[in-house]
Amino acid sequence: MNIKFNYIILFGIPGFILLIFFLGLNTNNKYDTRELVGNQINNFKLIDIYENKTITNLDLKENNFTLINFWASWCSPCRAEHKYLMDLKSQTDLRIVGINFKDKEINAKNYLKELNNPYYFLAKDINGKISIKFGIYGIPESILVDRNLKIIKKYIGPINEKDFNEIIKIVTKL
Amino acid sequence: MLSNIGNTLIILNILVTLIIIYSSHLSLKNQEVKISKKIYDLSLAQSTISIVTFFVLITGFIVSDFSLITVFQNSHIDKPLFYKISGTWGNHEGSLLLWINVLVLFSYFFLILNKKTLKNYRLSTLIIQNFLIFGFLLFLLINSNPFSLVFPTPNIGLGLNPILQDPALAIHPPLLYIGFVGSSIYFSAALASLITDFKGKLFATSIKLWVSISWVFQTLGIVVGSIWAYYELGWGGFWFWDPVENASLMPWFVMTALMHSLFVLEKRNTLYSWVIVLCLSTFTLSVTGTFLVRSGILNSVHTFANDPSRGLYILLFLSLMIFSSIGIFLKKYKKENYDFNANSKETFILINNWFMAFFLATVLIGTVYPIFTEVIGNIKISVGPPFYNIVILPLVIPFMIFMALAPNIKWIKNSLDNFLPLTIIIISAIFLNVLIINFFKPYSIQSSLITISSLFLIIHTLIDLIKCLKKKVNLDYSRIVSHLGFGLLVFFIGINHNFSIENDFNLKIGEKKIFENYKISFNSVKIEEQKNYKTIIGLFNITNLKDLSQETLKPEIRIYSNPETLTYETSIKSKLSYDLYLTMSNINRSDFYNIKFQKKPFMIWVWISAMMIALGGFMRIFKSEH
Repeated sequence: MNIKFNYIILFGIPGFILLIFFLGLNTNNKYDTRELVGNQINNFKLIDIYENKTITNLDLKENNFTLINFWASWCSPCRAEHKYLMDLKSQTDLRIVGINFKDKEINAKNYLKELNNPYYFLAKDINGKISIKFGIYGIPESILVDRNLKIIKKYIGPINEKDFNEIIKIVTKL
Repeated sequence: MLSNIGNTLIILNILVTLIIIYSSHLSLKNQEVKISKKIYDLSLAQSTISIVTFFVLITGFIVSDFSLITVFQNSHIDKPLFYKISGTWGNHEGSLLLWINVLVLFSYFFLILNKKTLKNYRLSTLIIQNFLIFGFLLFLLINSNPFSLVFPTPNIGLGLNPILQDPALAIHPPLLYIGFVGSSIYFSAALASLITDFKGKLFATSIKLWVSISWVFQTLGIVVGSIWAYYELGWGGFWFWDPVENASLMPWFVMTALMHSLFVLEKRNTLYSWVIVLCLSTFTLSVTGTFLVRSGILNSVHTFANDPSRGLYILLFLSLMIFSSIGIFLKKYKKENYDFNANSKETFILINNWFMAFFLATVLIGTVYPIFTEVIGNIKISVGPPFYNIVILPLVIPFMIFMALAPNIKWIKNSLDNFLPLTIIIISAIFLNVLIINFFKPYSIQSSLITISSLFLIIHTLIDLIKCLKKKVNLDYSRIVSHLGFGLLVFFIGINHNFSIENDFNLKIGEKKIFENYKISFNSVKIEEQKNYKTIIGLFNITNLKDLSQETLKPEIRIYSNPETLTYETSIKSKLSYDLYLTMSNINRSDFYNIKFQKKPFMIWVWISAMMIALGGFMRIFKSEH
């Protein structure tokens, strides 16, 4: 009995580990947030960087479209996409919610002073946890959500001219 | 042409390997006392073929034969010769060939250097080792062939990843391979020992040298990898708890435990089964690590191009290894009685083993846990430094205390007569810690305890050294050097961790930044053209405002052409008491550069102490040769 038990343990545990390894081989371990398109965004609550007000998922229902943009002052591609954000703000009624990722507040404010502020609301995310909940793995990234909080588009990397035109098209269609 | 030669050699090698297995098997049954010359010759032939195959591939890299897919993917005509050569093992296929070379050479040297031991034990070791060689050769030929052709032949290669074009990375893989692939020989020997009943002290003596060799190279390989990470990856750290670092650390824990347990087996002829388990686990963990890294199941800096079929093969091989070793072990296992006295060297060595087992379990769980959560619950998590720091660091404190005490404990039964000297050592360690805090700055209680226990180990070992030098008896210098090295390593890592200064900021050319006694002036940049990259060199003056000493640092931004990559080269000024560390990166569409400055005290001593640990092992190799 005892010997049998030993056999089961000694063969069972490595067997189990090897089985998990085998199954693991077939899972896609490349974390790809592109698949999030079509999903609804979760409940959230953000705190503004300038004044002490908060915003939740319910506030986004006021507007047809919202672009949630993740950025930081230390991120150079963010500078590249900034002019498109400014243009989106001036040319459409799209609301842009900025989430300032792992940044120093003073640097973020100086950055916006220098390049102007495209954000309807700017939230701070000092340790990056909020962004991760949104399915972000690097910045800049942006998600375009509709009134029902469904993710319509996801832009990984800086928004470029093509993305800009696409957003304009989606937003002005209605 | 090279492709044909290479493939022919691999197939020839497979044939020789099969003949070795067959003739060794025949030789097991005959009555001769000695192993026939034929088997020696075959083994020598096998080694020669493996080395020649490797040189054929190196030639492919030197002459840039882009008809070979491996050369095409990992080399380029403009690359300096040194990196063309090191590129041979900077990829999956080439490194697998290196792996086979280590398997084969260890097999050969084990055969010729163990002439005094039992014939059947040596033959069985040879057979098992050759099964391993056969498995990997087959894998090389079918799945990961470095001599595969690409058609039509491209004119230029894709180039080697620039961060791998580095002297430390040229020697890091061979060192590590001698370490963990070398452990294959005592895996085979352990199984042979079970099968042929070649047990106890004699078995310990026969594998002692090989355990020491693999341990030394594993240690060096890990250290060189860390040094590379320190100056190449540009954030100032040297250990990331990355899955692949863990993969090299896990066999190291077992090797260390094994090296210590071998003393018990050799001196007291006990712990045999445990030694066997350790022998089997070392190579099993090495292959597991290889599986984790090469299959792409975990993402890490070392993951080569992802190929599930590769993972599947290694996994099959690993399963075969694990199940046959467990099967043989259970069949041959006989219960041993250990009645160790609690206060004896045996017990203290066992304590070392428990610590190693604990460290191993922690690192193993941390490494594979994300795979489990993903497969079972589809939850993606990552286990990072906080986990390891919380679990491992507190245990390092008692570990170092035992490490200091154990060498002076007597075999069988020790008496408690050194209470006073120990108290004095402890008090002086605490006193030194108070001095450090007083003169510099306070740190956490855990850091204090780690510093105290490392000082305890250092002082205790130094006293041992003085005793050894005076009495000239029991000259165990190798142990003293390794243990002292470990104590110093922990001490300097602690100091380094607690007293590093770090600052990130943006500067334009001509600007200055002043903080904490340092003034950093960004004087100018110059652009230079090198053979395979263009470089932007920043000229920085670092002024220490306390003593007005000045240093010039020149970090670079390199733009490599093949493959087109941007790398940031750190500029480091190493001194005996501290390193100044500076990296710069450009900020797109602006005149600003992002600067990362660090002052890291006693950094060079971290490397020196780590090297001391390995040096102790080297001394043991020569001692066991005597």
